Amino acid sequence: MTTSGPTVTGPELRARLRRSQRRTVLVSLGLVAPVVLFLILFFVVPIVQMLTMSVHDRSVAEGMPRTAAVIGTWDRDGLPAEEVYAAIAQDLIAGQQARALAGPARRLNQEIAGYRTVIFGTARGLPDAPANGWRETLIEADERWADPAHLVVLQRAVNPLTDYFMLYALDLERDLQDSIRLQDPDQRLFLGLIQRTLTIAVTVTLVCLLMGYPVAYLLANIGGSLRYVLLVLVLLPFWTSLLVRTAGWIVVLQTEGIANTAMLWTGVTSEPIRMIYNRFGTVVVMSQVLLPFMILPLYAVMSGISHWHMRAAQSLGASFPTAFRRVYMPQTMPGVAAGTLLVFMLSIGYYITPALVGGSGDQMLSYFIAFYATETVNWGLAAALGTVLMVIVLTMFLVYSWFFGVDRMKLS
Amino acid sequence: MRKAAKTSALVASTALAAGALATPALADLTIASWGGSFQDAQRLLYFAPFAEERGITITEDDFVGGIGGLRAQVTGGAPTWNIVQVEAEELILGCEEGLFVPIDYSLLDYGEDDFIDGAATECGVGTIVWSKVLGYDADRITGETPGNWADFWDLETWPGQRGLRRGAQYNLEFALMADGVPAGEVYDMLRTAEGVDRAFAKLDEIRDHVTWWEAGAQPLQMMASGEVTMTSVYNGRVTGSNRAEGTNFAMVWDGSIYAIDSWVILEGTPDVELAHAFISFASHPERQARLPDYIAYGATHVDADQFISEDMAAHLPTTPANLDVAIEFDTEFWVENIEALTERFDRWAAR
Repeated sequence: MTTSGPTVTGPELRARLRRSQRRTVLVSLGLVAPVVLFLILFFVVPIVQMLTMSVHDRSVAEGMPRTAAVIGTWDRDGLPAEEVYAAIAQDLIAGQQARALAGPARRLNQEIAGYRTVIFGTARGLPDAPANGWRETLIEADERWADPAHLVVLQRAVNPLTDYFMLYALDLERDLQDSIRLQDPDQRLFLGLIQRTLTIAVTVTLVCLLMGYPVAYLLANIGGSLRYVLLVLVLLPFWTSLLVRTAGWIVVLQTEGIANTAMLWTGVTSEPIRMIYNRFGTVVVMSQVLLPFMILPLYAVMSGISHWHMRAAQSLGASFPTAFRRVYMPQTMPGVAAGTLLVFMLSIGYYITPALVGGSGDQMLSYFIAFYATETVNWGLAAALGTVLMVIVLTMFLVYSWFFGVDRMKLS
Repeated sequence: MRKAAKTSALVASTALAAGALATPALADLTIASWGGSFQDAQRLLYFAPFAEERGITITEDDFVGGIGGLRAQVTGGAPTWNIVQVEAEELILGCEEGLFVPIDYSLLDYGEDDFIDGAATECGVGTIVWSKVLGYDADRITGETPGNWADFWDLETWPGQRGLRRGAQYNLEFALMADGVPAGEVYDMLRTAEGVDRAFAKLDEIRDHVTWWEAGAQPLQMMASGEVTMTSVYNGRVTGSNRAEGTNFAMVWDGSIYAIDSWVILEGTPDVELAHAFISFASHPERQARLPDYIAYGATHVDADQFISEDMAAHLPTTPANLDVAIEFDTEFWVENIEALTERFDRWAAR
């Protein structure tokens, strides 16, 4: 290289330095690129898509373009003008021919059950030209074309941006004057469902903590081969399919199952107890499935605590319970925080276990997300419920990091 | 077909995506059905003989349900599949969206009257009939046996838990029939607010005695283990279990609800005439009559019944004696009301 050596001038040196630095940056970018791409493709994009779907739906705007253009002129005082009805009729006729009405019908039916029939029923029987104007013709075909509630829903739905799904997911609705209010008590569902989901998740978390803490303590404080046997027992469930474990519990807990047979035989009870297909079964099975996620962080923290601390406390006069409570337990809090957060976050989204061993009053948010997403193709509501779930988890995480500090939590 | 749990929905959509990505076949006809032993039987009876007769190749794929995958195929241009066996709900939704080629009955060997009620529709031709029936374990109920849904509600004569699929679908119908509503009027009744109230009020009577199941295999396990005395269950599963596992489950056809799966031709299929020819071939009554030898679904051709042995016929939803006391699942009603009624069901269950 001819340019190397003491003859290199200042500016050229700086340029070469910049080049080599740029190369380093490019190399490190190249190294993290796969994981960043992966995260963007499979994590960020779907979440953004979900958030979008919960507030955005173009199906009515696209399927009924003429209506979308003019229905905004209706002031909701009395019936809309003839031109609005004419636009609706033309959209129905054109949509019926082009088979473009399925989208609007589905979207409108999500808000008022039966709207589908209004759309398709009217579209099938419309003449090319009305005898007494479109308003009369439409109302004659289906009197719901004169119902303000149906018309207001249509007027709102032509706007691709909608807050309907988010409001509905929180048991809220807009009345005919557009002000937001709580739904009638006998129409509410989701607030109760959110509460139920939180109750089950908290219960499972507490059960896991109560059962996992002693196990982790034992694991951290015994030596030799016994520890390995215990560790294997803790990890074993990880290696077994979730469905198999759930089915196993059905065999144990069902009416003529192992647990009931044993209790009847020993005379603990005189008739079988219902232990499955209810809340009890749900909590038991979920706790068993999630227990390792509590034990492992606890164990990791506990095995880092020197046993001299306890001895020192006791040598200074503290009884074992006092020393445990005031010296040992505070040091395990990072593990408790990590374990409870992990178990809580996993249990809040549980689906299969409650579906298989819970009763009908034990289904959680994810059950309804699956129902709307796969059974009724109501992506808007599924996305809105998903957003609710995400907000709960994020809030929980923020509260935790505020109390404990994320960097202090030990996840394993 | 209602084969499995909705719990497999995720797996299902992944498989669908994979199916859609599969390389476009060079075959003359690509048919998607429900896989497993069911499709094995269809291959033996329909696919292979038709391919041989015409000297063409047929490629197969698995369809796992859902309108989304079909929509993606058709709107994406040339569909990978030509013929798909769909459930009633996809048939209605897909027809409205224009995803299917309207059936030209003049291209079939059979007219619309040659099929049982509800099987010959604008966009599809029925191929199998499956049914949801009242089932019980005949080894456990040995005395007086239940004969209808009113007996299902009779907790005094037959104490014990009852199994029903979680949700409102089917159960509201069963409740109304148990309450004395004639089978033919069930859906008229459900279309009124009073009818829905009445159905939920009837469900109240057995509320604390119902074990809700989710996956199609669960009611069989529940009957076998004695968890439930009676349950709603799919007929094909009962016969399958009795044949393969040697169980002695019995079915009550009175008040059973049947649904039809249909062949549809996806819009964009190049050789529509060939597709019609296949559907015609697969609708041949004698050929249809052999399917129950493998799996206990009913046939859709009215004459197929004559070629089915009496022994077998007793287990099929399409045998006249069984069909006369059954009602057809009203897909239109449920497409429109499933959300409102499922939400109400959960409110009811959580009370």
